[in-house]
Amino acid sequence: MNPGDFSTALPEVLIAIYAMAALLFGVYSGKDKAASLVLWATAAVFVLVALWIGTSSGSRTAFGGMFIDDAFARFAKVTVLVSAAAVLAIGQDYMSRRDLLRFEYPVLIALAVVGMMIMVSAGDLMALYMGLELQSLALYVVASLRRDNVKSTEAGLKYFVLGALSSGLLLYGASLTYGFAGTTLFSGIITTVHQGDMSMGLLFGLVFLLSGLAFKISAVPFHMWTPDVYEGSPTPVTAFFATAPKVAAMALIARLAEGAFGSAPKDWGQILALLSVASMYLGAVAAIGQKDIKRLMAYSSISHMGFALMGLAAGTAGGVKAMLIYMVIYVTMNVGAFAFILSMEKDGKPVTDIASLRMYSRREPLKALAILVLMFSLAGVPPMVGFFGKFYVLMAAVNAGMAWLAVLGVIASVIGAFYYLRIVYYMYFGEDRAGIDAGTMRPVAWAALMVSAVIMVVGVVNLFGVEALAQAAAGALVH
Amino acid sequence: MGNLLSIITFTPLLAALILALFLRGGDEAAARNAKWLALAATVLTFLVSLLLLTGFDPHAPGFQFVEDRPWILGLHYKLGVDGLSVLFVLLTTALMPLTIAACWKVDVRVKEYMIAFLVLESLMIGVFVALDLVLFYLFFEAGLIPMFLIIGIWGGKDRIYASFKFFLYTFLGSVLMLVAMIAMYVQAGTTDIPTLLAFQFSAGPLNLAGWQIAGGVQTLLWLAFFASFAVKMPMWPVHTWLPDAHVQAPTAGSVVLAAILLKMGGYGFLRFSLPMFPVASHLMGPFVLWLSAIAIVYTSLVALVQQDMKKLIAYSSVAHMGFVTMGLFAANQQGIDGAIFQMLSHGFVSGALFLCVGVIYDRMHTRDIDAYGGLVNRMPIYALVFMFFTMANVGLPGTSGFVGEFLTLMGVFQVNTWVAAVATTGVILSASYALWLYRRVALGDLVKETLKTITDMDLREQIIFAPLVAMSLFLGLYPSSVTDIVGPSVAALVQHYDTQVAQAPALMQATQLAQN
Repeated sequence: MNPGDFSTALPEVLIAIYAMAALLFGVYSGKDKAASLVLWATAAVFVLVALWIGTSSGSRTAFGGMFIDDAFARFAKVTVLVSAAAVLAIGQDYMSRRDLLRFEYPVLIALAVVGMMIMVSAGDLMALYMGLELQSLALYVVASLRRDNVKSTEAGLKYFVLGALSSGLLLYGASLTYGFAGTTLFSGIITTVHQGDMSMGLLFGLVFLLSGLAFKISAVPFHMWTPDVYEGSPTPVTAFFATAPKVAAMALIARLAEGAFGSAPKDWGQILALLSVASMYLGAVAAIGQKDIKRLMAYSSISHMGFALMGLAAGTAGGVKAMLIYMVIYVTMNVGAFAFILSMEKDGKPVTDIASLRMYSRREPLKALAILVLMFSLAGVPPMVGFFGKFYVLMAAVNAGMAWLAVLGVIASVIGAFYYLRIVYYMYFGEDRAGIDAGTMRPVAWAALMVSAVIMVVGVVNLFGVEALAQAAAGALVH
Repeated sequence: MGNLLSIITFTPLLAALILALFLRGGDEAAARNAKWLALAATVLTFLVSLLLLTGFDPHAPGFQFVEDRPWILGLHYKLGVDGLSVLFVLLTTALMPLTIAACWKVDVRVKEYMIAFLVLESLMIGVFVALDLVLFYLFFEAGLIPMFLIIGIWGGKDRIYASFKFFLYTFLGSVLMLVAMIAMYVQAGTTDIPTLLAFQFSAGPLNLAGWQIAGGVQTLLWLAFFASFAVKMPMWPVHTWLPDAHVQAPTAGSVVLAAILLKMGGYGFLRFSLPMFPVASHLMGPFVLWLSAIAIVYTSLVALVQQDMKKLIAYSSVAHMGFVTMGLFAANQQGIDGAIFQMLSHGFVSGALFLCVGVIYDRMHTRDIDAYGGLVNRMPIYALVFMFFTMANVGLPGTSGFVGEFLTLMGVFQVNTWVAAVATTGVILSASYALWLYRRVALGDLVKETLKTITDMDLREQIIFAPLVAMSLFLGLYPSSVTDIVGPSVAALVQHYDTQVAQAPALMQATQLAQN
């Protein structure tokens, strides 16, 4: 270990120090009075660090290869940081009005973000596990932030038990891999694989590792926790679950698959393709019957993860690039959608019933239009940007000779289109009955919704240069 | 004017933006302003699009008015027209002002209604001028959104069922085309339509899960495109969304649907299926011809027993589109000329027929045929106009309907006499349902109490119908106005098709040898 190691991991170190300092500050400043301040400060720190990481360049490793800082890691980190900051900002009002805004909330989010940053930079199974657990432990707690609520507590507990199970699977896979490859370093594992030594044990290790990670992105058949946790957690926390951790876990899968088992895409490509198909279809079909918009978004995110996995399953640089673009678009849409869901209120109480959106377009035409744009974008209908996300992953799949996967994917997207259309139907075609209150949206959430919707339309012109960045990121990962 | 096509395409969208951003208030004045602005924008678009006609040289090969700018992922924002597409652009721009004028009496959410139609116009024009696969797909699919809203918000009693059926049905067809487009991109390395037109997709036999597929990749791509265009067209047996959508859509929505949106399917066959997959088209030709013949006879019979006027005309649309697909896949000069002519003519005639239904629906709020009878007594002008378009629908010589039917039948007769024979019986059937409809609605004595106070068409309605009557007569009496423009492009297409088909046995063998 040398001093240079710390400078490579300086962003993570700084956020970790910040989180602890904020914790101390919160404790000494007397409970929750300072919570809003800490929340805004945390969001600001995220944005600043994102700017810093975004403007740096080069490719370095630290701690003997356990920690990698390259274009891929930076791309994922910036996405995680910016989305976490956005979710903190849109949720502030919701949390403070429901008396949920404890100062621990931003601190825990900051710690989760540090975990995610380590995940996407992991170059070793140990670093992978450390990052993953740091993230997960923080998330278990925020899921049950509403302590006096049965559903929230249930969400936290469910998440914890299933998360622990997945960690167990992951650890077992890691130990198998270590046993058969003789090292936990990704660079070491790939050398073993390159020597043509994909032994049965290593294959088992790979399967268990992927199963453990599939929990985190809620890919079918490891998705069971998602709807309940999404429904039970306070809505800002749900928004957080739907965005940053998904990006981090998806990037981690890419890192593990390409970085450690890169020369055997046939082996893990099949697994990912299977996860992808199952997720796309279950997400699309199960969402049809949902009445609660948070559960619906849970199934929608399962389906979207299926599409992102399709890019990874291709096992090419184009596939990784497609996955990254898909995730950025997905996160942008979700921030907008949750900014709206957060502010759904009836008589001052939050509601999540889809039917309460009846004829919303008559009362709030502009916001209804923004949701309409987001829903069509989530469904992947052109000219919304969501279509391009799908286009890229389909392209990657066809390019890798997996046209069958692409065909299955587009059919799933038609099934999925139904429930997005159903939201549009409630807002525009439904009967005019008492629904959610108008004008309950705070400026921050309103801005997030509008910006997200505008991006979905205007992005058609050139995707704001994300394409080139994703290309560079994928190039750094896949050689 | 280097970007004439962009101007034509995006003028309506610009007007829609202005309406959305700057028109405030929900009172009557705002509604009136919205209508006038929409009308002005569509008329302006039409006038600008006339420049296309004057500047277009039918004998120049390739595409004209081309614009080309780089876009994301190596795609291009490329626009252009040739003989096959230029008239569809004009059809769209010419019909939209009439459509807007036809919904003058709408009083629910007028501003949004106008915005939806303006956006729809931009997207429809975009379909006909796009010269990049993905750009085409973008316009093609995006049109579903405004149409979904038009049916869903302003439609009739069962509008929700109809709008969902419309959206999901057409969406399912199109996504398969998307996969095919991506596969073409992967194979040819470009999405540029002019380049793809010259590209030869492999036609060697392909083994797919134990199935030997004649025509190989071409056949698979052709089927994927067919899934999309056949639904859009719509061809029997995937036409069932159309009657629902038509019946529930508001009058103006029906007009746009019948007159323009259906033409996208035919245009797609012309632009993609025939020139890009000639071997597959040749292989599947008889299949399409028979589907068309069945469509003509079957949907005509179904039309005969309809109680709802709109449904009857919707089924007659399916039958007329049968002539189009039949002409297209006859793949000779007369057939394709006739198919294009039939599409243009159907645009005016069916649009006018839906407007005719709209006129009496506005007064009586029912489309039930039994609710009418003897309208000629109180509505002489209406009866005259309605009769004219009934005759045009039947294909009376002198109206535009005749030329298209005759040319397509002549084209198909050279290829498949039996199909031509079956399709000709459809002409007789179409006469029976159309004339019977007319008799039940307009002729006889005016006995129904409710009809005693019905008024004839007012000036606005007469102005809407005047250009439609004129165009239908003009096309019927002077058909070479169309064939002169489309002829050279069609000739080039037919020649390309014939050369490819002549080589087909060799092409289908070549890869097999290579594989062995």
